[in-house]
Parts: sequence; structure tokens; C-alpha cells
Amino acid sequence: MDFMKAINVIFRYKVFTSEEEEEQTVQALDDVSLTINKGDFIAILGHNGSGKSTLAKQLAGLLHPTEGCILIRGLDSGRPENNITIRKTAGIVFQNPDNQLIGNIVEEDIAFGPENLGVPKEEIWERVSNALAATGMTAYRFKSPRALSGGQKQKIAISGILAMEPECIILDEPTAMLDPKGRKEVLQAIHHLNKSKNITIILITHHMEEAEDADYIYVMKKGKIMAQGMPPQIWPQHDLIKDCGIGLPFDRTLVDELRDEHIEIPVGVNTEEDLLYYLVESNSNLMRMLGGYL
Amino acid sequence: MIREMTLGQYYKADSILHRLDPRVKLAGTVLFVISLFFPKNLLGVLVASIFLFTVVKLSKVPWKMMIRGIKPLLFVVLFSAIVNLFGMKGTVLIQFGRFHITVEGIWMALFLIFRLVYLVMGTSIMTFTTTPNQLTDGLEKALGFLNVIHIPVHEIAMMMSIALRFIPILTEELDKIMKAQMSRGAAFDEGNLLQKAKQIVPILVPLFVSAIRRASELALAMDARCYIGGSGRTKMHPLIYQKRDYLAYLTMLIYLAVMIFISFVLKIGAI
Repeated sequence: MDFMKAINVIFRYKVFTSEEEEEQTVQALDDVSLTINKGDFIAILGHNGSGKSTLAKQLAGLLHPTEGCILIRGLDSGRPENNITIRKTAGIVFQNPDNQLIGNIVEEDIAFGPENLGVPKEEIWERVSNALAATGMTAYRFKSPRALSGGQKQKIAISGILAMEPECIILDEPTAMLDPKGRKEVLQAIHHLNKSKNITIILITHHMEEAEDADYIYVMKKGKIMAQGMPPQIWPQHDLIKDCGIGLPFDRTLVDELRDEHIEIPVGVNTEEDLLYYLVESNSNLMRMLGGYL
Repeated sequence: MIREMTLGQYYKADSILHRLDPRVKLAGTVLFVISLFFPKNLLGVLVASIFLFTVVKLSKVPWKMMIRGIKPLLFVVLFSAIVNLFGMKGTVLIQFGRFHITVEGIWMALFLIFRLVYLVMGTSIMTFTTTPNQLTDGLEKALGFLNVIHIPVHEIAMMMSIALRFIPILTEELDKIMKAQMSRGAAFDEGNLLQKAKQIVPILVPLFVSAIRRASELALAMDARCYIGGSGRTKMHPLIYQKRDYLAYLTMLIYLAVMIFISFVLKIGAI
């Protein structure tokens, strides 16, 4: 049985616009189907308004499909009685760390999930220690979240989800409000969780760099999945990626521009190191051509 | 400027008072405040003083902090003391013009100062030694019986503790909004009262919008962490009475009995 499956999911909601005083129906998800296996690291790429955050909330059991269905461990997310089980299985971390920390002390916040689940006292203590250790935040156990940096707060939010012992963590643009250092810390932490604890990770992002090490990638635009595949299949499709409003990393742009200048770069060259290696190892002709730029 | 404002002035220390169950401290504070209205003679004041000073000593909260807590109330205390000083009828001590100070007035003023100052010290010793969260926990448990008449005690306590968590975040935001509006030419300290009141609108509207947005996000995050209200919830640090808590209750009752005895049974030096 597949761990997580979305079958032809359509999601609509109504909004009131103050100017027109009229109901408008917004279609946030348009016929989305996907299958996620246990232990995978999935990245969902998309620009603002592509429906990626809506999809994240659907997979976490916080929103329910208008049409189609989502099965998590075979449980239909449309049924209210499955809500708690699904939310326990798939935890979600949001963008703004300040708006998801409930406790006044780190320890208290991490205990919030297990407390809601009715876990006995001793086990809560154990879970809190384990969750803190897994993100490397043990030293901050008795601190106030106010005293932490953005990256640290986000790691506490991840620990808070971890304490519920989920099988999957969905991260909805967890690094969008962080500085480069915090971003790196958070990404390291989630990669570590994926590898050491076999926790399925679904990372929602609009940074292509963050999706680099994913096992499988979905690219979304206007509520539709435009492309899916493993990174080597997705990365060469530069036009499609740009069309979806996702900025290409510098090395990809460089490859494109070199090709525009009729410098041959093989399709397999995808990472920065590959490119550098190729350029140096390739013919002296190229080096001479580059010499003009250097 | 706004950032310096603190609420719930917790003083971190390791003392017997810090370790007491918040319910004991809540009940103790209420009883102590009531006891301040008993004494009509100096002996009562002395007993209350000994009790309060011992508690402060035990709490390890520095006197400097205690005095700082009284300072903002100094004006109120002095004002009401002076009103009492001149307002009492009785044996006239000093007379100038239509005003006169009586012996009774002096006693009244002194007792008023004693009551107000001790009231503030008594309650601040509780806030100094109890974190806001312990306090809401204590209230939740102590008022749990209200569930019987369908008052959602857990939900109210949860709201209180979330409010406390968001006070610093929202004050910071207020600061940011004020600076943003000032950089756009808003002058908050100019004009008459009406103009000043109008200038608050461009601060309050964005603050409210942001607060509501935060609340909706927080609610979603709470849902995601399986929050379904108070039933079936466990606690990481459940409140359980220890031996020291019973001893504290006993001490409190003895103190109260002594105060009642001195004030209502012994009738020495009464005014």
C-alpha cells in the first residue's frame, strides 16, 4: 500500500472581494494526483499562488478535497473521524515560526503535541528529550522562544512536530523567513531526520536549490502539477521551470548562457562542481575563450 | 521604549517559594490581602510585617526589586494618605486656616500606607516567584470545579497563556508599525486630544489585522498538533501537592488565626 496518495484532487474555495461584493470561487488545486512512498524526500516546487501551500495543508489533513480524495496510510482524509490519526501521521511546519510556537518555554512548546494526544507524563519527558536531540536543540530546552534566532525557532517547531512521532513531516516554506545561516541549519536538520529516522519529508519551496537533494520533485503552477520526476529529469527543463515562475540557481543560468554562446555543455552536467570540473577538463579552446572574460 | 515594558515580572531564582504549587501561592496571596484589613492596632501590623518580611527573605527576591514594584504606586499611596490626613474628625493636633490635622487622621493615613504598600508587596511576591504559565496552570486546576456549571476553564486558561506569549510579539509589532507610520510623516505627539486620538487609528488598524492573521495561523498550527480542547489532555508537569505545599497552607492558616486573634479578640492599643 502506498504511504500517501492523492487521487484527482480538486479544491475550491469562495472568497468575497470588497470591491465587487460578490462571491468568487477560487480553484486552488486542479486535478492533482501524486503518490509518496515511506521514507522519501519529496520537494514540491512552485511560485506564489501555485497551490503548493494548499496541497501541503491537504496532505496534513487540515483541509479536505472538494473532489477526489487523499489517502494517508489508506485512511480517507475527507472523513472527520480520521482527522486526528492523519494529523498524527503527517505533521506540518509552517513558514512563520512565531505563529506556531504555543509555549512560553521551549520544553513546554514541544510537549504541546504529546499533551494533546494524551501521552503519559514520563513518556512526554522522553519524547521531548528525543525530539530536542534529533534537531540538536537540547541546550535550549529551558529557554524562552523569544531568545532564539529564526532558524532555531524553526528547529523548535520541527521538534514540536517530531514529539508527536509522525511518519511524515510536511514543511511549508520553512526557510522563507530565515537568513542564509538559519536556512542552512533547518535544511540540514530535515535531511538528517530523513536519513537517520526514515521520516518521510515533503518540502514545499520556491527555491530550486533546496530541492536539489530531493528524491522526487513535483513542479506546480496554478493548481496543476506541471512536471514530476527525479532531479536529473527535472533540472534540464529550464524553460518549464522558468515558466512556472521559479528562479534558476546561478550555475544553471550560467550553463544556459554558455550554451547560448555555442559552448557545448553535456546534458549530464548539473551541479556546480560538475560544471567546474567539465570546464577545466574540457578543451583548451574553451579556456582560451574564457580567458577573454577572466 | 516599548520593549522595556514587561508583564509578569518573574524573577528567576531557586527558592522554596519558587517551588511551591501555584495554587498555594494564589490562595496565600488572597488570604494575605484579606488579612491586611484586620489590624486596628500596631501589634497586627507587626505580625503582618514579620510574616511578609520572612516570605520575601525566603523568596530570595532582592529588596531592590520589591521597592521598584512599589515606586509607580507612590503617588497614589501618598495622595490617599494626605486626603485621609486632613479628612478625619477628632482631636485636633495642628490647625492652619480651614485645614486641620488630627491624631485620628495621622493613624488613618499610616494604616492606609501600610495596607497599600503591603498589598502591592504581597501580590508582587507571587508574580516574582511564579511564571505566568504556572499561574494559568494553577488557576485552571484551582477553578476546575467551575466546569460543572459549564464554564470552559481549560479554554480560558489556554487563552490566557497564549495571550501572555503574544504580548511581547505584538508590542514589538506595535513598535514597528509606529516607526513605519512615523517614517511616512505621522506625528503622534502633536495636536490636541482629538487629533491625537485620531492618530491612533493608523496604528491600531494594521495591528489588529496582523493580530487576527497571527491568530488564524496559530489556530491552524494548533489543529495540526491535534489540539481538541481540554478533554483527554495530559500534562508534562501536572500539579500535584507536595508535603511543602501542605506545610505552606498550614503556615498560612496559623498566620490568619493569629491575625484574627490579635485584631478581634485582644483589644490593646486599638483606635
